[in-house]
Amino acid sequence: MPESGAPVKMSPLVAGALKVLEKFTSPLSPDDYFALINPLWSTRETLGRIDRVHRETDDSTTVYITPGFRWGGHRPGQYLRVGFDIDGKRHWRAYSLSSDQDRPDHKLTLTVKRKDDGVVSPWVNDPRNLGSLVVLGAVEGEFVLPEPPPGKILFVTAGSGITPVMAMLQALDRTDALPDVVHVHSSRTGDDSIFGAEIDALHERPNGYRLVRRITSTEGRAEPAHLDELCPDWRERQTYACGPGALLDALTDHFRAEGLEDRLHVESFEHFVMGSGTGEGGEVTLSATGTQVTCDGTTPILVAAEAAGAELPFGCRMGICHTCTGLLEHGTVRDLRTGETTQAGKEIRTCVNSPDGPVTLKL
Amino acid sequence: MPMKEPMIESPLARLTPEQIEEIGREFDAIHDEVFNSLGERDARYIRSIIALHRQLALLSRAILLGSRYKPAWLLGTSVLGIAKILENMEIGHNVMHGQWDWMNDPKINSANWDWDSASTPEAWKHSHNYVHHTFTNIRGKDIDLGYEIMRIDPHQPWHPVYLAQPFYNVLLAAFFEWGVAFHDLDLEALKKGEKSKEQLLKELKGMGGKAWRQILKDYIAFPLLSGPGGFKQTLTANFTANLIRNFWAYAIIFCGHFPDQCYTFSQEETENETRGGFYVRQLLGAANIEGSPVFHVMAGNLGYQVEHHIFPDMPSSRYAQIAPKVKDICERYGLPYNSGRLGKQFGTVQRTILRLAFPGGEPRPKPGAYRPEDAPVQGRPLIAV
Repeated sequence: MPESGAPVKMSPLVAGALKVLEKFTSPLSPDDYFALINPLWSTRETLGRIDRVHRETDDSTTVYITPGFRWGGHRPGQYLRVGFDIDGKRHWRAYSLSSDQDRPDHKLTLTVKRKDDGVVSPWVNDPRNLGSLVVLGAVEGEFVLPEPPPGKILFVTAGSGITPVMAMLQALDRTDALPDVVHVHSSRTGDDSIFGAEIDALHERPNGYRLVRRITSTEGRAEPAHLDELCPDWRERQTYACGPGALLDALTDHFRAEGLEDRLHVESFEHFVMGSGTGEGGEVTLSATGTQVTCDGTTPILVAAEAAGAELPFGCRMGICHTCTGLLEHGTVRDLRTGETTQAGKEIRTCVNSPDGPVTLKL
Repeated sequence: MPMKEPMIESPLARLTPEQIEEIGREFDAIHDEVFNSLGERDARYIRSIIALHRQLALLSRAILLGSRYKPAWLLGTSVLGIAKILENMEIGHNVMHGQWDWMNDPKINSANWDWDSASTPEAWKHSHNYVHHTFTNIRGKDIDLGYEIMRIDPHQPWHPVYLAQPFYNVLLAAFFEWGVAFHDLDLEALKKGEKSKEQLLKELKGMGGKAWRQILKDYIAFPLLSGPGGFKQTLTANFTANLIRNFWAYAIIFCGHFPDQCYTFSQEETENETRGGFYVRQLLGAANIEGSPVFHVMAGNLGYQVEHHIFPDMPSSRYAQIAPKVKDICERYGLPYNSGRLGKQFGTVQRTILRLAFPGGEPRPKPGAYRPEDAPVQGRPLIAV
């Protein structure tokens, strides 16, 4: 079964009324008919509509999404799984929300940097997709400020790693609670950096926010060793960092060396890349039973699982009837007929796929 | 079933293993070409058809609130019948085949879909997608060959009960939805010991649940909405709409495999079958119905039964597009392309049902290799994707 959006939490009264309506709409749900009027009224999965597209830089765009019915909200710094229908196919990606939850217009914003070889990021960066519906999944992530926020904060961001921090800064600014904040932000050039104008403006205003910008094309990358110079009292601060893995690894090592690892909170882009197995074959985990099966790169998962004594649904065993499908939760599989790979988040047929690295199947 | 000499020579026997291999490769190429080009237009097509069904269903139910007035009864019944046909044929059957699973949309997916029919999706997907589509027209394995109650192939031994088949044939047409649900229980498998009593009990429970929801909706809930003066009229309207849908589904489905042109196969013939052999068997065992683009949508594109049986998981809206390529393969390999108008196909099916009610009978003469000059000019597909 493919990934669904987050279900909408309904009051018991509404849920009861829908149950009655279902007697009339069975086997469809009342939702299916309400969607004819407004798809955003969906209760089975939360939808959103792209209502504004704003170009941040040459290669990044912020989309403003009006969430559907009874949106549950999020905490600044968290990320959201979003399903995009592109060329008829739904693709799921996780993006940090760049908006805070108290925006007066209740919109959510995602800021996405275009990768030309990608599928989703060029689509999001195309202004023609204004008005499109997207599916909103679960809000996730532990990269959030505590309540109340710490008195002294250091943000370390690089490139589009600024997006979750932007949400935090907006929330702090909105409540006039901007404490003593130092923000070290690296970007390739000064002009084309995501949210460059916003953080510059915040820096200009009289408040506790101090911005230290680092232009990597001329000054080189910011290293943890530079912290003593860029923010001399960094040891006294709670540090929140988001950027490429190498930067976060270096920061983690640096903080650990000083015995300050409990003061560092990181969010890595790599969380968002689902499965990158490249090997042939691998360990198959069947999540319903916890069974583990080793499968080489030329054997269908179904065959390997059966040889190991697991009982899986099967039908034609030749990739026709879709009886054996299961959700690929983690990892990558390869279609033995076409050589094509499928990434986590999709339904796969165990009779014609073999693992490409370790995989987990919801079966 | 007793072993018998083949009653008719199958075109499958004329092909060399190399030719069968080559045919397999050609069909695989057609499959890949279509699947590589699936996109926005296809997604829009199925979403439009689904929306159309829901609009028609709403409209008809609204009209039937006034079912006590004759014109409203007539109009509401017709629209509801059409809506139910769309829902079962072009939407339910095809979505549950996984034809739209490539969209990765959980709301239009074979794993989630349920239809306006007494069959549970699980039971139907097993008996139809797996048993019927895998063992198509193999005598003794494809339980859709006569649906366990009819003698539709002269190879089936005669029994006096078949004398009644012209009568229960009409009953089956009228209550097709219930016939299919009962058939999906596959009592044959229970007899053979392939299915446990517990499994059957579970399936009966599932079917009971669905049957109750069907009856509650059409024969209690909506009639009640029409008020005391309209209860009976709405009930008869819903019953009639279900009859219309059942007759239509029966007609289309019986014309898919039982016209004179179709071949059946012995289990020996299909031992060690290759992928190419599978395709050829599907081609020989199915028959198309010619008609207008609107006819094909109402038939769930099962007017392209041949194409559907070769590629059961291909989006139905693409069958019209690949039909010329399938015919071309038929022409080059001297294979038949079974096809005919609805009246002709339906007539030959009914004749067989009558004839085989009595002992004896032989396979009907077959049309031979496909020749394009004999084929009628086909209408343009409704959507050219």
